[in-house]
Formats: sequence, C-alpha cells, structure tokens
Amino acid sequence: MSRTARMWLLGLGLIGVGVCYALAALDLPSFGSTFHPYRDMAVPAAVAHGAANAVTSIVFDQRGLDTLVEEIILFGSVIGAVALLRPSREEQEHGPSPMGRVLEPTRLLGYVMLPTTLVIGVDVVTHGHLTPGGGFQGGVILATGLHLLYVAGSYQALDRLRPVALFEHGEAIGAAGFAILGIAGILTSAAYLTNMLSYGTLGQMFSAGTVPILNAIVGVEVASGVIVLLARFFDQAVLLGHQRESISVPQPGELR
Amino acid sequence: MMTAVVGLALTLVLFAGVAVVLTSDPRRQAVTLSLFGLSLTVLFIVLQAPDVALSQLAVGTAFVPLMVLLAVSKIRGGR
Repeated sequence: MSRTARMWLLGLGLIGVGVCYALAALDLPSFGSTFHPYRDMAVPAAVAHGAANAVTSIVFDQRGLDTLVEEIILFGSVIGAVALLRPSREEQEHGPSPMGRVLEPTRLLGYVMLPTTLVIGVDVVTHGHLTPGGGFQGGVILATGLHLLYVAGSYQALDRLRPVALFEHGEAIGAAGFAILGIAGILTSAAYLTNMLSYGTLGQMFSAGTVPILNAIVGVEVASGVIVLLARFFDQAVLLGHQRESISVPQPGELR
Repeated sequence: MMTAVVGLALTLVLFAGVAVVLTSDPRRQAVTLSLFGLSLTVLFIVLQAPDVALSQLAVGTAFVPLMVLLAVSKIRGGR
C-alpha cells in the first residue's frame, strides 16, 4: 500500500473513531449531576451484603470474577517479568557495590517511616471492606514500604529481611487462594465466588462475608508479587550492574 | 467552589503531565513521573474517589518510579 493510501486509511479511521467518541461522550450524564444508575444499584447491593465500603463490595463481591482475572493478570505479568529478568549465563553476581553515603536525615526519616508504612499497609488491607483501600492498595503499600530499608539502610539490610523464596510462595498461595475460595461458593451455593459467609453487621470488623478474606488473600498476593518483581529488578541493577564492562572484553577461559 | 478546586487539580495534572513529557533525562523523568502521580492522587481525592487515589498513590508515586530508576540504572551499567 502506498504512503498516500495509508494516510487516507488512517484519516478515515481517525474520523470514524472521532465521530463515535464524540457521540458517546455527548450521551454521557453531565459532570457532577445526580444521575447515577450504576451507583443506585451497586450501593444498595453493597449495604445488603454488609459492606460499608461499596467500592470493595463491587470489586470483591459483585464483580469478584473480574478481580480474579485481574489478579491472574498481575500473577502472569510478574512471572513474565521475572523470566525476562533472570541473569543471563555471562552475568555473574558481583555482590552489591558499596553504597554511597546516606544522609542522616534520610536515614532517620526512612527508619521512622518504615514501621509506619507497614502498619498503614496492614490497616489498609484488613479494613478494606470498611474504609477506602483493600488488598491491592494495601499490598502495594506493604511491598514498596519494605523497600524503605534500601533507601534508609543498605541493600544487605533489605536482602536479609526479604526472603524472596518465601514471597514467591506467598504469591502463588495468594493467586490459588482466591480461586479456591471461589470454588467454595459453588460447593455451598449456586455459583462461583458467591459470598457464602454470614454478612454480619454493617461497619463491624467481621462483616461483608468473604470480602475481608478475599482482601487479605489479594493483599498477600500483591505484596508478594511486587516484592518478587522488585527483587529481580534489584538483582539486575545492584548485583549485576557492573557486568557490561567485563563482558565487552572477555578473556579466554574467564567465562563460565 | 468545588468546580474551582476540580479545575485547579486538573490544571495541576496538566502541568505535571507536560513536565514529564518535557523531561529528557529518564532518571529525572522518574521524579517528574512521581510528581505527576501525586497530582493525579490529588485529583482523585478531589473527585471523591479515595480508593482509586490510594492505588494511584502507591503505584504511580512509589512503585513505578522505583522500577524506572532500577531499569535505568541497569541499562547504564551500574551507578
């Protein structure tokens, strides 16, 4: 196809998308209006299932299957990235390069924020059905919070307190746990991922049936997944970072 | 009043987004990207979506810039 024909085709496509998008946008309820058909159905459904946080109820109860697939997407992308980031045969671990000086205020702030962030992470996971947050958010907070150890201390400190093998298991258990809890829904009632536990009292710690359990499972999965992913990035950037120079001048018999 | 706050937050997002695009050094871009994430967090809070704001804060402001920094550090062959 010639360049002109391609441009015509592109123009035609752009006009088509533009017209459809404009028509769709014109049909949207206006910004800030009181017309919310989805909310009017979702919020009563959340309250009926004892979930004070309607968003978590939608994510883990009303649309639980979507969330299962999302979790599997995260699981798959972590596996893919880890497979890509594995050290190649030429690369050898050199051990972390000596750290630059960490400023004292940075160190202080890091050590104060580390436990604070971890507590906030656990709080966000365990209260996901009551207040804003949930397994996804809390999991990422927990995983990134742990890396304050690297910011404030050293790579060795992080490495000691982060057994990667354990978190690999955690990720798998988290992904499997969600799917298995879904099967429990089939066994006790009609459908996959049915909220089959007692709904409890709205606003109580133990309420909303399976939602807090799924939150905790997803929290474990996301935190573990992010930690494993960042660990592989750290391996590449910190442990194998100086390899390039030595690869460029390979000595006979030096490479394994 | 609320419209003004939403407008202000949107303007903040606009400027932060432009700043990310105009930053040419990937290492500096990680910092502007983090600020862009923070301005989106502010927008989501203003639009009363705290759940999304929390995700944005954790992923966009901390996790992604950290991954960018580590990747850039690897590509440049160590610090």
